[in-house]
Amino acid sequence: MSVDDGRAATWEGNPVRSYHEQPVLKKPIWTWEIPTYFFTGGLGGASAGLAQLAELQGNGVLARRAWTTAAAAAAVSPTLLISDLGRPKRFLNMLRMFKVSSPMSVGSWILVAAGTCNATVTLNAWTGALPRLRQIAAPAGALLGLPMSTYTAALVANTAVPAWHEARRELPFVFASGAALSAGAAALITTPPAYAAPARRLALGAVVCEMVSSMMMEHRLGEHARPYKEGLAGKLGWARRLSMVAGAAMLHRRGESSHLAAAGAGSMLLAGALAKRWQVFRAGVQSATDPGNVIGPQRAAVERGEGHGAVRR
Amino acid sequence: MTLDVRQWSATYGADSKPRMGFFTDTSICIGCKACEVACKEWNQIPTSIQGFTGNSYDNTIALGANTWRHVAFVEQRLPAGVEEGASPVEASARAQAINWGVQTYQEGDGLRWLMASDVCKHCTEAACLEVCPTGALFRTEFGTVVVQEDVCNGCGYCVAACPFGVLDQREDDGRVWKCTLCYDRLKDGLEPACAKACPTDSIQFGELAELRSRAERRLDQLQSAGQRRAQLYLADDENGVGGAGAFFLLLDDPEVYGLPPDPVDTTRDLGSIWGATAAAGAALALGLAAAVFGGRG
Ligand code: SF4
Repeated sequence: MSVDDGRAATWEGNPVRSYHEQPVLKKPIWTWEIPTYFFTGGLGGASAGLAQLAELQGNGVLARRAWTTAAAAAAVSPTLLISDLGRPKRFLNMLRMFKVSSPMSVGSWILVAAGTCNATVTLNAWTGALPRLRQIAAPAGALLGLPMSTYTAALVANTAVPAWHEARRELPFVFASGAALSAGAAALITTPPAYAAPARRLALGAVVCEMVSSMMMEHRLGEHARPYKEGLAGKLGWARRLSMVAGAAMLHRRGESSHLAAAGAGSMLLAGALAKRWQVFRAGVQSATDPGNVIGPQRAAVERGEGHGAVRR
Repeated sequence: MTLDVRQWSATYGADSKPRMGFFTDTSICIGCKACEVACKEWNQIPTSIQGFTGNSYDNTIALGANTWRHVAFVEQRLPAGVEEGASPVEASARAQAINWGVQTYQEGDGLRWLMASDVCKHCTEAACLEVCPTGALFRTEFGTVVVQEDVCNGCGYCVAACPFGVLDQREDDGRVWKCTLCYDRLKDGLEPACAKACPTDSIQFGELAELRSRAERRLDQLQSAGQRRAQLYLADDENGVGGAGAFFLLLDDPEVYGLPPDPVDTTRDLGSIWGATAAAGAALALGLAAAVFGGRG
């Protein structure tokens, strides 16, 4: 007869009592579409902002391309989200209500509005149609792009998953810098170097911000950062670091003189941004399915007298 | 940002009912799984037997889309009977322990067998309900939390939000499923199938207020019999989910039964989450502006 004393999972190196080492939380059921959407949503959101500002500065070449990227990303995004649903045909149920307590609800409305704006502006940019509507759609799309880039961090932070919830103060900044990086990198690919100076500055600045905010996040997470460093999430973290550093170096050296080099650098940076979203996603999955990660800190809080009072003897 | 979820009864007006719930007294659970079976039959839930798990007599492992009641089995090597450190008074009470139904021990070999029937907690501050973007999850007139199967589109947000790992997606169906506290039976004035089937009254159904005072009495009784680890779990409103419609009397720490020792509704932190998100959005705007306008000449 097997005798289970319920010890084996660990937290901070110490054994944690658990039920046959079974996870306490359910594994998030989201599939590949969701981390990919985190990337395309950020790409689309920040590209709209970049486009609007480039337009104000009089850089029409960059603006038109960035609007196109924004529209394409905003068109791909809902497709990804719908295909992830367990019942894709019921996607319109997302718009049955508006709930501030559900970042997914808020995000659905942002996505619908931003997608409409970006499509209008892009249509106008290449055909000249809908000139009046475009005057409103452009600034609206650019503004909506900001929450579109960051709300996905709120979405994952607002869960019981420790690696996500505990990172709630930093994740939005990690996602924002990732979005800026994606927008800059995409513009490097689409825009001739003569017009791409803002994209170069954006990409290089965003790499720095992304690295710094990620480091600060992992530092403050302490033991909760473990899922970000282990397993597939850890590998993705390294892939991201390598492609970002290589992309940034290439951009710095040849990005101004050669469109080909800039496009190569942009591709590497895009890959890095995508890998980062996947790393965050995988870290959440790993932390949810590790009973030590869930029970350990809760038990420690109870022992410190900082629990919320679930247990009473 | 706090959400005033305690006001739900007002939204039902004259139709609102007293809050109903479960008190699961694990000290008298015999592990017969009648609750699991009755739940499956009444709610027509697909099979979920996992075969031989090696986890004592557990063959359903955890709550999920197809397991709305889950009986946990824990085997522990502990001195049988009165726990170490018990006073002579407590030790003498041991004689009555069998009559009180606390004798879940296997005498002789020092093996203690804990059994507990787990279920959705029907939280006062239900994260699942708060994050549900479609409104499929709703609060009934009995104060319980139910998924509307004709609305759920399987987005999966509630799965990651529930601090107890209750909800899950049903494969080849796509939607999420969980305990409804037999909403259909409650509407007809019947008790839920699991409580009806439980032969020892380990699962007790009734008005939450009444169940809570019953639980306090039972805890006193067990502790005076030397059950020092006996504890109530989610038995009042002072916890991270603001109280629960289903609460428990346990003979060991919650994590031993697979329950989180300090669950918290994630939306209690909604203020700081949205705050950081807004700040990051503003930082992004500044960054974009700096990149576009910050060049030399
Ligand atoms: S236990 Fe989980 S599924 Fe049940 S009401 Fe609470 S949050 Fe929702």
